[in-house]
Amino acid sequence: METIRWDETMEYLEILSQISLTEEEKKQTAEELEKILDYMKKLEELDTEGIEPMSHVFPVQNVFREDVVENGDQREAMLQNAPEKKEGQYLVPKTV
Amino acid sequence: MRKQYETVIGLEVHIELATKTKIFCGCPTEFGGEPNTHTCPVCTGMPGALPVLNRKVVEYALKAGLAMNCQIHRFCKFDRKNYFYPDNPQNYQISQLYLPICYDGTVEIETSGGRKQVRIHEMHMEEDAGKLIHDPWTDSSLVDYNRSGVPLIEIVSEPDMRNAQEVMAYLEQLRIMAQYLGISDCRLEEGSMRADVNLSVREAGASQYGTRTEMKNLNSFKAIARAIEGETMRQIELLEEGKEVIQETRRWDDNKECSFPMRSKEDAKDYRYFPDPDLPPVVIDEAWIERLRAEQPELRGDKKQRFVREFGLSEYDADILTEFRNLADLFEETVKYGAQPKKAANWMTQDAMRLLKETGRRPEEITFSPDYLAALIQVEEEQKITHKGAKEVFEQIFDHDEEPLGYIEAHHLAAVADAGVLEQVIEEVIREYPDSVAQYRDGKEKVFGFFVGQVMRRMKGNADPSVTRELLREKLR
Repeated sequence: METIRWDETMEYLEILSQISLTEEEKKQTAEELEKILDYMKKLEELDTEGIEPMSHVFPVQNVFREDVVENGDQREAMLQNAPEKKEGQYLVPKTV
Repeated sequence: MRKQYETVIGLEVHIELATKTKIFCGCPTEFGGEPNTHTCPVCTGMPGALPVLNRKVVEYALKAGLAMNCQIHRFCKFDRKNYFYPDNPQNYQISQLYLPICYDGTVEIETSGGRKQVRIHEMHMEEDAGKLIHDPWTDSSLVDYNRSGVPLIEIVSEPDMRNAQEVMAYLEQLRIMAQYLGISDCRLEEGSMRADVNLSVREAGASQYGTRTEMKNLNSFKAIARAIEGETMRQIELLEEGKEVIQETRRWDDNKECSFPMRSKEDAKDYRYFPDPDLPPVVIDEAWIERLRAEQPELRGDKKQRFVREFGLSEYDADILTEFRNLADLFEETVKYGAQPKKAANWMTQDAMRLLKETGRRPEEITFSPDYLAALIQVEEEQKITHKGAKEVFEQIFDHDEEPLGYIEAHHLAAVADAGVLEQVIEEVIREYPDSVAQYRDGKEKVFGFFVGQVMRRMKGNADPSVTRELLREKLR
């Protein structure tokens, strides 16, 4: 098992999660993540040979809806969730 | 001397499915609504909202898979593709990575280089994103989530294409397939069909592929052709200078006619896919596949061959007739009403195509009563109307679904074969041009055409040509 270079990893995780952390927070988070990873390593001790990966806990399948329009115009209600809006649209920082 | 290079191209094509509702909620997919009027907690990614799969999306995807001779994953599921971008309100796109619904298919294309199979790597179902518009007043972006959650299939080909011509032929095949299946209207310009181009170059004869780039933002056939040419040249120049091609995503700028690398953050390809716990797996049994297989319509290739075989049409006519399913159906219905196939084909491939060009209407939208066209062909066959008159009537059928017999009567288009009426006109012409009459009687056969023309003009083109000729000969004797 290769050792994790936490400086680089934390920087990468900041980009992926779009969260910036202070140096203090980075150190703390890295420690916590390391503990979690150690804990998960226990699973590697199990023999999973021939076992199908599970994606769902409940034995349900083929839950469908029919192709029928059920929703009307709920724009006003939906836009109440928007911190900023303009002309019936969500106003967000410039993204091109 | 410059080396010879080969371009290697694979495509990722997104096709918007023509369902009434979105893939995971009951919002309408209808185009052109006011911003955000087709949204709900599911397609705007509200916490706690539960997506439920639209059965029709699975059926449409299966139809496409069957048409491309794909294998089908009897057990398939949805995964979350995680990324942050404001057009994606959940911060993940629901897609399929591990067990896509279809895989290992083929699409046959035909170019001047001959026939060729393009292999399909896989095809999966996923949801579309919202639309971002730049707002110059606030220097911010405005988001409309009406498209968010609209169902898509993404068809990923193997790198089997070698030039723009093959790429065009492949896209055209997909468009025609989707249209025959009735699963999408596939309009590249309106975004209901989108293509990303994966392209690399290698020295001719090399066995290894070169490093590829992915080009996005291609929204017309012309842009795709130009992008392929531009990117091929860019990569060849790099190699000629001894530089390396970097594997990256590039945005094609059709105005500047070159591509630019997208920012690396935007390009972070770590999507941390994992199974979507909100959506239970889809199990597709034999009975379901068999039912859909039985429902599959005759596809273009088969229809084309049958038209040649059954109706004795030329390959060329059959090709034009089958490019749009509704036009092929109109032709066939017209024949069922008793029209001679070659005549019906002529109206469709010549006059209909000319009118389409002149009016700028979409071929898919053309509809008229095939019995009207059959009736028109019959009337012309019986010489009750001149070809010129028939052309006018055809325009009316084509544009307004006008009933031909009533129209002919109301507009006095019936060919006049009545000897009484024609004789009167002929006598008028003879009186008016005594010199020409003398010439004709002197043996100048050429003048005869002049007399026919004069009679036709006075009859506004509606004189029955053979009766006119017969009477003229008689009177001029």
